[in-house]
Amino acid sequence: MSVPVSRRAGVPARHAEPAAPGDISDAVRMRAFRQAINEALHEAMARDDRTFIMGEGVDDPKLIFGSTAGLKERFGPERVFDIPLSENGMTGVIIGAALAGMRPIMTHQRIDFTLYAMDQIANHAAKRCYASGGRQSVPITIRALVGCGWGQGPQHSQSLQSVFAHIPGLKVVMPSSAYDAKGLLISSIEDNNPVIFIEHRRLYEIEDDVPDGHYKVPLGRGVVKCEGKDVTVVAVSLMVFESIRARQALAEAGIDAEIVDPRTIKPLDVNLILESVRKTGRLVIVDTAWKTCGFSAEIAALAAEECFGALKAPIRRVTLPDVPTPTTSALEKIYYPGALDIARAACDVMGLGGKVPPAVEASIAGMTTPTAPQFFGPF
Amino acid sequence: MKTSAAKLAASRAARPPADPGRSSDLPGPKLLEIYRTMVRLRKFEERCYQVYLQRKIGGFCHIYSGQEAVAVGMISLLGPQDYVITAYRDHGQALARGLSVKACMAELYGKATGCSRGKGGSMHFFDTSVRFMGGHGIVGAHVPLACGIGWAIKHQDQKGVCLCFFGDGAMNQGAVHEALNLASLYKLPVVFVCENNGYAMGTAVARGAAEENIYLRANSYKMPTCRVDGNNLFEVMDVTGGLIRRAREEFQPSFVEAVTYRFRGHSMSDPGSYRTREEVDAHKARDPIAQVAQHILKQKHAASGDLDEIDAEESASVEESVKFAEESPPPSPDALYEDIYA
Repeated sequence: MSVPVSRRAGVPARHAEPAAPGDISDAVRMRAFRQAINEALHEAMARDDRTFIMGEGVDDPKLIFGSTAGLKERFGPERVFDIPLSENGMTGVIIGAALAGMRPIMTHQRIDFTLYAMDQIANHAAKRCYASGGRQSVPITIRALVGCGWGQGPQHSQSLQSVFAHIPGLKVVMPSSAYDAKGLLISSIEDNNPVIFIEHRRLYEIEDDVPDGHYKVPLGRGVVKCEGKDVTVVAVSLMVFESIRARQALAEAGIDAEIVDPRTIKPLDVNLILESVRKTGRLVIVDTAWKTCGFSAEIAALAAEECFGALKAPIRRVTLPDVPTPTTSALEKIYYPGALDIARAACDVMGLGGKVPPAVEASIAGMTTPTAPQFFGPF
Repeated sequence: MKTSAAKLAASRAARPPADPGRSSDLPGPKLLEIYRTMVRLRKFEERCYQVYLQRKIGGFCHIYSGQEAVAVGMISLLGPQDYVITAYRDHGQALARGLSVKACMAELYGKATGCSRGKGGSMHFFDTSVRFMGGHGIVGAHVPLACGIGWAIKHQDQKGVCLCFFGDGAMNQGAVHEALNLASLYKLPVVFVCENNGYAMGTAVARGAAEENIYLRANSYKMPTCRVDGNNLFEVMDVTGGLIRRAREEFQPSFVEAVTYRFRGHSMSDPGSYRTREEVDAHKARDPIAQVAQHILKQKHAASGDLDEIDAEESASVEESVKFAEESPPPSPDALYEDIYA
């Protein structure tokens, strides 16, 4: 699948950590997001025998949608294993193991299940370093998938980044491409803090140029995915993909959008976002989650506080409506925003009164770049 | 008069056989060391109570007085490779594990010299150098952490045990039951110690639990479970010693209900109106420290003057810690923004 982002085209050198010579070859190597996650786990676990990965289904035949393939065979059942349905208890187990010198990785097939473990995450993992005066740390990585697609319904589809990002002491990571997914997951596992690593299920089959071997994308550093001069679009996760589609269509109307992907929700690359907004003077924020008190509100507030004078138009947000996810596909279609909604918001801040020029609309309708693969089941 | 808690303590039907060798036969110097530690806990806690009333310290403060035989008896059985983790009433376990009186007192004063640099306070004492993994403020939530520590011990070949203390109220938390299942399922070297002091804040055990025999609730997890008289140091040590050995050598987790009683309220704000004066007095008559003192005198390990001397020395050390805490600097304002991330 052609996605106009690769480490060469989309990632300026200053945003990537230099790889050791010979670590990364120049040959283009297309891999799906799912495979990139899997490679990151292989790399991190091979480098450090204090790591182990567990979660419901890590070694069942579906292997967390393929992301844990080959791990049990390579590292053995003591380091790769299924767990009982005890999310809260098992999160406590990884925190305790981390305090005693290990570097656990936990996987949830849906982020919704982490709410069972919210006490452990918010009250224990997040606060330990601070409450001990810096004498203890909790190096854990919690992988959590955001479900999306037919029939996921209200309890298997939430996108809870803002919930976690609100809590001091946690890091929250949300990759939008296979390249970033691998580099960010390795960084997360090697980080000394609790990291919530959020993977959008609809990104899983999207391919990108993914180097072989070990490389890191630093936490807390965003990236300008596509440069533009008219409007800044700050988007996360799957919405980066949709924003790039919108950008292509907006070009039909002569609108040049700049796409900024923070990659890490917390800590946030504030300067990268502000730099872009100061340049374009217009801001659209696109989130995979709800509007109220969400990530989009945070970015809007940041722009209003820090560069209000640079804004030429009111800020617009493209988010889920503030309703639970409907299970019926008839309502799902209007629940999830896409490229057309982003284009509409961009046209609005460009002073077109919220009207999308027919050329833009036609461009999206006739796009050869397919949308992210739908997710029909079986589950 | 026998109170219901004393009756519970007397029911030892579930006790596993203790290992050969009785702690009451321990040599005099070792017993005196244990006695000294128990006295240290009591002196520390009673001084905390005073400085709290003088408003020199504030916030949460859960006094351990009356329960000393549990923490001191069990922790005295550990070696440097072992871990201790506990709930919010953590001063006793911390001191028993060897944290300095000064660092603990300074922590209560919120000073930079405290064991958590003043940022933890009464419920969050930590010292990884002696593997004291801390006090925790969410009831029962640290019990799964003990399993994780057990996991690390087992998978890093550390040959140790994690002693995990919690109260009777925690037994009604799902996290505790998840942890008991996981410890047994994964064969983790953890000894779970439920200090049953009769009340979860003001709620008597029977008002919160359909089965008030706490150790029976742990029976379904396929591990040795038992009840001991938590005010009897020797019984505590005899039973726990065997369980610690099995955890270290066989990765066999176990569960001990130690029936005890706190002489003070749940916290400083607790008037204790849910307990009668008679009930409290009956338990004070079974003071664990007095019982050990009697044994020492009876066995002629020391004379009463020697014990008085120990008491005086520990009082002086606590007094010194108050001075140290009062004279220590507070954390610098920069500390507000430090330690959010490692």
